[in-house]
Amino acid sequence: MSTATTSMPDSDSPTTRRGRATQLPYWLVVPAVAVLIVGLAYPMGWQILNSMREYGLRQQFGEAAPWVWFDNYTALLSDGFFWTVVVRSLVFMAATALATMTIGILLALLMKAAPTWSRLVLQTALLLAWAMPIVAQMTVWSWLIDARNGVLNYTLSLLPGVDMVGHNWLEQPLSFFFVASVIITWASVPFVAISVYAALTQVSEEMLEAAQLDGANARQTLIYILMPTVRPVLIILLLLQFIWDLRVYAQIQLLQDLGPKGDDYDLLGTYIYGLGIGQGHFGAAASAAMIVLLITLGVSGFYVRELLREDAN
Amino acid sequence: MGRRLKRWLAALTALIVAAMWAFPVYWMINSSFLTPLTISRLTPTFLPFGGTFQNYRNVTNDTPFFESLKMSVIVVAVALVVCIVFATLAALAISRFRFRGRRTFVLTIILVQMLPAEAMFIAQYKMISGLGLLNSLAGVSIIYVAMVVPFTIWMLRGFVAGVPVDLEEAAMVDGCTRLGAFRRITFPLIAPGLVASGVFAFIQVWNEFALASVLLTDDEVQTLPLWLRDIAQQSNLGAPEWGQIMAGSVLVAIPVIIFFVIVQGRMAQGLVGGAVKG
Repeated sequence: MSTATTSMPDSDSPTTRRGRATQLPYWLVVPAVAVLIVGLAYPMGWQILNSMREYGLRQQFGEAAPWVWFDNYTALLSDGFFWTVVVRSLVFMAATALATMTIGILLALLMKAAPTWSRLVLQTALLLAWAMPIVAQMTVWSWLIDARNGVLNYTLSLLPGVDMVGHNWLEQPLSFFFVASVIITWASVPFVAISVYAALTQVSEEMLEAAQLDGANARQTLIYILMPTVRPVLIILLLLQFIWDLRVYAQIQLLQDLGPKGDDYDLLGTYIYGLGIGQGHFGAAASAAMIVLLITLGVSGFYVRELLREDAN
Repeated sequence: MGRRLKRWLAALTALIVAAMWAFPVYWMINSSFLTPLTISRLTPTFLPFGGTFQNYRNVTNDTPFFESLKMSVIVVAVALVVCIVFATLAALAISRFRFRGRRTFVLTIILVQMLPAEAMFIAQYKMISGLGLLNSLAGVSIIYVAMVVPFTIWMLRGFVAGVPVDLEEAAMVDGCTRLGAFRRITFPLIAPGLVASGVFAFIQVWNEFALASVLLTDDEVQTLPLWLRDIAQQSNLGAPEWGQIMAGSVLVAIPVIIFFVIVQGRMAQGLVGGAVKG
């Protein structure tokens, strides 16, 4: 990151394009900076400070919050359950993101191969799923998987020898996370598929024709021409999926609303919520949030560099 | 021959996948028009539209739907107007000027988009409650504007950069003030960008659930996502009224689906734009 900031010192020269100093740009960014300070920087500062303080229920009622420095962090990091949740969240993130990318890329290739009319049908269907608000996604899926009247159990039971009516998909933690992962994949695939398809259409026809003339088969064209060209898009999409799938809170919370309660159904988002707003351990919650933040920054450092390069162009 | 067969197979697969992906949306709409009796049958009703508006009537009359709709509309309107104005000014600054601190500002805008809301909402909750702004329009609006402004700036930056500086300078040579040049030349040219980023911000704020659930705890001031969660939850206590829950879901989803269709191309572009050419 530090190399990225220092690589372009010339753009920081205090002159306009006409070469004279002006205050105008500063006035233009003041409102945005102000709202970011109030809405994000201040809470972030609060979070950093209070992750190093004892801030529990008693402090809620006005007692002073003593400094404990890294006690909250060491307490969390030596708590086996916290690690369980971290590992669980990372596994959930990786599985969901990889499933989303795989299906998304396959659908993009399918769109490229299919005739225009069927491609438009598919794009419209994907768009409908993409447009669903999270809460509506969750209500619809909970209706689909409803134990008694859900269409999923009904359809599965049509298979010979299978009787799923009455099966509760959310009872077992593994099944619970599988359902969550399927819903999130369903909702995220459209963005990946449509973005990858857009990138694929930018590969020039001449290049594909040249490859064909040179005798490349479909698989070779895919591996040597198409994939290298869309690689930058794929990398960014994968990182976005990682970031988004690590921070699933709403979906997990809304699935928990349907019945399953307890630690076994938590990912990091709901865990922090429970720690802070649920139990009032704001100091501990702040340090847990800081750890999540570090994980996210670790995952996204590369993406940030890509975006900065784009700005430099 | 083999080639035509392949295209047909691709078309067929595309249609099957399309049906799978659209099915939950279809199911939501279909179920919302079925009577409770039809829905409670063990055999699902696949055919479209049972033709009753009873679920919509019940869900809007028996619950604070209109109050929530009003709250959502006000929150979205305030956040949207403030966000667009602030973001346009900032986008002008970073794409038209080279100034000390520009690099830092751009870096901040990018980094901030990486912040997981889930890692921040405890702190934001404490700040808003400390200011006594829980359950208030001002509290949730501040947080929402801060949430959508970075992406909006980033998206608008591209549109402003697309307007040649020469056009503005020509207008200024012809006697326009800087403000006049912006109003007459740049503004009309970035209007499509304003619409696109406005719709994007609209969708984010309209759908937002996590922050709303901690900042708007009072039933009187809930936004539509909270309202929908509420009717689903209340219903889960007894036998779920799936017809009503689906009707509620349709009401929350419809505006987003409409707006989504308007800007769909731009969304993909805005998020990964430039990645190919770079």
